[in-house]
Amino acid sequence: MIVGERKPFAEITELIKDSKKVLILGCGTCVSVCMAGGMKEVSILASQLRMDSGIQDKGMEFGEDTIQRQCDREYIEPIIELAKSHDVVVSMACGAGVQLLSDMLVPTPVLPAVNTSFIGICEEEGTWLERCRGCGNCLLGETGGICPVARCAKNLFNGPCGGSVNGICEVSPNTPCAWQLVYDRLKALDKLETLEEIQPIRDWSPSSNGIPRGVFREDMAGIGKESESASE
Amino acid sequence: MKAGTNLEKVLEDGQFAVTAEVGPPKGASDRVVIKKAEIVKACSDAINVTDNQTAVVRMSSAAGSILLKQMGADPVMQMTCRDRNRIAIQSDILGAVALGIGNILAISGDHHSLGNHPGAKGVFDIDSMQLIQSMKMLRDDHKFICGDDVSGDVPLFIGAVESAFSDPVEFRVTRLAKKVKAGADFIQTQGVFDVEQFATWMKGVTDRGLDEQTHILAGIIPMKSAGMARYMRDYVSGVYVPDELVKRMENAEDAKEEGLKITLEIIDQLEDVDGVHGIHIMAVGWEDIVPVIVEKAGLLPRPIV
Ligand code: SF4
Ligand code: SF4
Repeated sequence: MIVGERKPFAEITELIKDSKKVLILGCGTCVSVCMAGGMKEVSILASQLRMDSGIQDKGMEFGEDTIQRQCDREYIEPIIELAKSHDVVVSMACGAGVQLLSDMLVPTPVLPAVNTSFIGICEEEGTWLERCRGCGNCLLGETGGICPVARCAKNLFNGPCGGSVNGICEVSPNTPCAWQLVYDRLKALDKLETLEEIQPIRDWSPSSNGIPRGVFREDMAGIGKESESASE
Repeated sequence: MKAGTNLEKVLEDGQFAVTAEVGPPKGASDRVVIKKAEIVKACSDAINVTDNQTAVVRMSSAAGSILLKQMGADPVMQMTCRDRNRIAIQSDILGAVALGIGNILAISGDHHSLGNHPGAKGVFDIDSMQLIQSMKMLRDDHKFICGDDVSGDVPLFIGAVESAFSDPVEFRVTRLAKKVKAGADFIQTQGVFDVEQFATWMKGVTDRGLDEQTHILAGIIPMKSAGMARYMRDYVSGVYVPDELVKRMENAEDAKEEGLKITLEIIDQLEDVDGVHGIHIMAVGWEDIVPVIVEKAGLLPRPIV
């Protein structure tokens, strides 16, 4: 899932300081699961903002709603009217949700209340960890299912640097060395010989060369419309 | 000869090589580089110039290497993968060679989060293994990474590092083998304090015949104080300082004297380890001790080849 973290309260109040009628809009998917921007977090933020407005006599009004997914037009359409009846919408979705919402609500401004952090997992209650950087060229098959792009601080592809000690990465005592993990995993899978091969220089163009990426599938193009007309 | 540098000649001649290190200043003074280099020049075969070591911004290793070259020393230009992408890396290599630098040493680089610009964006486009490979491609195949032709020759004597004591220890010989396969002509290791354990690693190296395909220079870090010994034991990854040596430093009346004594003992033992072709002395901020070490270790005068 996409993991995010709610922005500090002061930053949010600063963002909306010129508005009177604010809609706080949550997202029911990733950020809901990682407890940053779901229905519960919307209600907490709205009460905090109401209290703050009351104490400081700001006279602001706050509406609350949460939709299934802010990264999907289908779910945004039904709330367009509601959203536009506010001065501003504070989105608690990831950056993708905020952007689609902004596109669809012009001229109503949409402001982010969540910092989108990474693609990751919930390791245990209260701990989320990064697992993938969407590099567009997955090599987990060669590394025993442990990602050196997201998990090795130096993006090494040919085994651990000298900073790996007792399974810990040199960058911080809380970060396991990805290559120690790869080594242990490949050993367990009886595939250590994989590590003898030099991993060639990577083509980063499917990843982070700066050009916005898209996935375009001819086989899927227009399918939604077809089924719509079929059901008509 | 691949690049015909002094270091290459000494090693190919089968001599026990000595390299030293100069860290460029946090400023633009050429004098600082020249002064440090003057101390170690006569007692070493080549001098490493570090590349923004510990991710702290300093004068570039290329500029430092050129200053060394101008004073007649043989520089080993260190190059990290932290700050440059493949375009800058290859371009800097060509520029360095054009200016007479023949030894270039590939390293991953200390992580920028630990340096003085922790907010920097790390590059890490290629890793140190791949950097070794690219240098070999430039030199032997006259090709850039993309496959385009390089015009003219790119004479290089390619260096790399290895850390015998980092984890997973069982993998460290394999990693060296990969570096040799990638094209490393010489290897400088992380500082050695436990010669016995180092010899175990070297046994793995010689068993695979790697010492015949590359030159291994064992790292030497002279200890100045008990505090330094403890710091290296506790905080410097890849350096393993046995407690017994820390104790010796703590109990010594003259810590510097004891540090020198320990260094000389280590060098003496290393000379007997099969496959070790030299030493690389890293005396960060204590350059004065280098000539003393080399002299007392009986490694003077340095060969003229
Ligand atoms: S290799 Fe790329 S796609 Fe695969 S997990 Fe890592 S970042 Fe994600
Ligand atoms: S210690 Fe391990 S995870 Fe950290 S940078 Fe080195 S190889 Fe990567």
